[in-house]
Amino acid sequence: MATKVSPPKGGFNFDNFTRNAMLMDKGMKPPKYTKTGTTICGCLFKDGLVLGADTRATEGPIVADKNCEKIHYLAPNMYCCGAGTAADCDHTTKLLESKLELHRLQTGRKSRVATALTMLKQMLFKYQGQLGTALILGGFDVEGPHLYTIYPHGSTDKLPYVTMGSGSLAAMAIFESRWKKDMELEDAMELVKEAIYAGVFNDLGSGSNVDLCVIKKDSVDYRRGYSQPNTRGTKEQTYKFPRGTTAVLTSDIRQFVDVLDGDAMDTS
Amino acid sequence: MDHFPGNWGQPLSRDPHVVSSTDWFPGPGRAAAEPIARTQQPMVTGTSVLGIKYKDGIMIAADTLASYGSLARFRDVKRIISVGENTIIGASGDISDLQHIEHMLETVMIKEYCVDDGHTLYPKHIYEYLSRVMYNRRTSMNPLWNSLVVGGVRNGEKFLGFVDLQGTTYQASTIATGYGAYIGQPILRKAVEGREDEITEEEAVKIMDDCMRVLWYRDARSSPKIQRATVTAAGITVTEPYELTTEWGFAENIKGYGA
Amino acid sequence: MTIVHAHQVSAAPVQTLMERRFSPYTENGGTTLAVAGEDFCVIAGDTRQSEGYHINSRYAPKVYQLSNGAVLATGGMYADGLTLVKRLEQRLEWYFHQHEKTMGIGALAQMLSIMLYNKRFFPYYVWNTLGGLDEEGKGCVFSYDPVGNYEKHHWNCSGSAGHLIQPFLDNQVGHKHQPKAQAGLLSFDHVVRLVKDAFTGATERDIYTGDYLEIFIVRAGGITKEKIDLKKD
Repeated sequence: MATKVSPPKGGFNFDNFTRNAMLMDKGMKPPKYTKTGTTICGCLFKDGLVLGADTRATEGPIVADKNCEKIHYLAPNMYCCGAGTAADCDHTTKLLESKLELHRLQTGRKSRVATALTMLKQMLFKYQGQLGTALILGGFDVEGPHLYTIYPHGSTDKLPYVTMGSGSLAAMAIFESRWKKDMELEDAMELVKEAIYAGVFNDLGSGSNVDLCVIKKDSVDYRRGYSQPNTRGTKEQTYKFPRGTTAVLTSDIRQFVDVLDGDAMDTS
Repeated sequence: MDHFPGNWGQPLSRDPHVVSSTDWFPGPGRAAAEPIARTQQPMVTGTSVLGIKYKDGIMIAADTLASYGSLARFRDVKRIISVGENTIIGASGDISDLQHIEHMLETVMIKEYCVDDGHTLYPKHIYEYLSRVMYNRRTSMNPLWNSLVVGGVRNGEKFLGFVDLQGTTYQASTIATGYGAYIGQPILRKAVEGREDEITEEEAVKIMDDCMRVLWYRDARSSPKIQRATVTAAGITVTEPYELTTEWGFAENIKGYGA
Repeated sequence: MTIVHAHQVSAAPVQTLMERRFSPYTENGGTTLAVAGEDFCVIAGDTRQSEGYHINSRYAPKVYQLSNGAVLATGGMYADGLTLVKRLEQRLEWYFHQHEKTMGIGALAQMLSIMLYNKRFFPYYVWNTLGGLDEEGKGCVFSYDPVGNYEKHHWNCSGSAGHLIQPFLDNQVGHKHQPKAQAGLLSFDHVVRLVKDAFTGATERDIYTGDYLEIFIVRAGGITKEKIDLKKD
């Protein structure tokens, strides 16, 4: 008798949830995740908005990635900075990217930021904070420029300048003392860079480079590696090992095939 | 609404509907399993203190609020004190512990004066004394719940040091305690690092006011009424409490939080 | 900002219990290292002092030159390290006045171990690395755990990036896994180059290491000190 096997339909799998909760009660340590101790921020200016992010990803005290991308693509007119659990940020934004694409194909219209926001906050609320994603959502649609923050539990904020991540206070200090309404593009980029710098140099969870993304009415200017204030110094010497450093203890070449007929394969 | 002052400002860690007779009193007590509960928690507290080096000496700033949990309990408490002719101290944390420290310093200064050998205690001595007192109290598990910023000028040499309830010490050209460490320090470092001997008093005042303003915007336990103190070769000045100017105009344009 | 860790899962919603209790210990980060040579010893440490994700000071040195010509590198809790050094210095002075000579490094190493073990049940939260020259003028390194277990080596690294640098030193100084390499102690210049590269490398990958590197060089002629920039992020 044939057993019908249906492929998974997508979504999260909670099969082992109760078992894992029981194991953790008994003292099992859960696996660790890469968390992007992060500085991300964004601010509105005269013609649109600027998003910014540092590029350090950490695993506890260790820098896991010195130049990771934290500004994710959502739609041609929309980008999203992510802080928190790296995997959650990546997959949440990737999922939303697909959903928005399908939505555009269905409706034949440009995506609206409010649509993305609502989808994100409803999803995050559904998972009750279990998805460790703190996002900054920025985009330009028919209604104009929009800038939002979304917390892991699904609450949102709409403000002219926003920051998130472990360096959020450092970055916010810069915005609170220097942001002005209707700034020029150059001033806004400089301000966002300075805000990320504040995180990079004062928060140990943030570091390396600054990525920027400028979103205007009909254009996006994604500036990966906009500023690189932390290039590695030159090493004092090289550490190339001469051939044969690792000792060969035994050597044994085996003949797996005996050629009985014809010529042996030319392996020269 | 929790009507018991002892619970205000504390995280909710039990069923709020069960009333215990010790609820009326602030402090640990209610969960005290040990016979002697020396380990305290801060009660009436002050928030951030900022300190910087500048051309003429040292400048320290702090607001004048003393909070009781989340209650803005006393709004005119001076948290910057002067000791002798060349030293100022800014304190965050427990206000009663600060007053105890003030008393200890006064005693030490009087003893030193009575020796009458023409010597008195200068910034470094006071810093050393305080850091040993703080470390000793932490070692006896009976801490003075403060973070202290000690500043002074002596023989043209500027001094700015930090010590806290665990006895941790460090010196730097910018120091910030409490929330100031997260919000104020980035601004201070950017403005001051490498320019300690260039910044005029006028600029230093602006840096401090800017930082204190941002703290007022973002630290929920702060107040816009602040005090500044300076030590220069000319001596100590401590301003009377004054109110910061603030800007809330941007709020007009904020509508909603995004559907 | 509080990020809810995904591992805090349970079948029902829970309230996280929080109590503000005093802890006498804190971790101030940083890395220290020492390498001994034939007639010299190099002791180094970064100067960043941190707490959590915050930098307290970019220059708070934790490598101390002692009055008997040895150098002690401390890591872990800064206040405990400082207190330990003050007590050590006092003992060194008493010894000097009592015996009219400075304490040898072997005796100092033993004494440090005892002082640490004296606080076995309320330890100094410090990982010490002691470096200097022995009676014959040869470089030597001693490393300790917080309660006084100690060992003599030719090289050692401890602190927040200890686990990154130690294998590097084992390979480069100790020639481990290089059976054909010429064994023996390294030249002075070579050691200093290795120390600098070890720290610039550790700064890349350890968030608690950075700002400045302070290198103490102990030789028969005396002690010299070098300060080098590390990355500030």
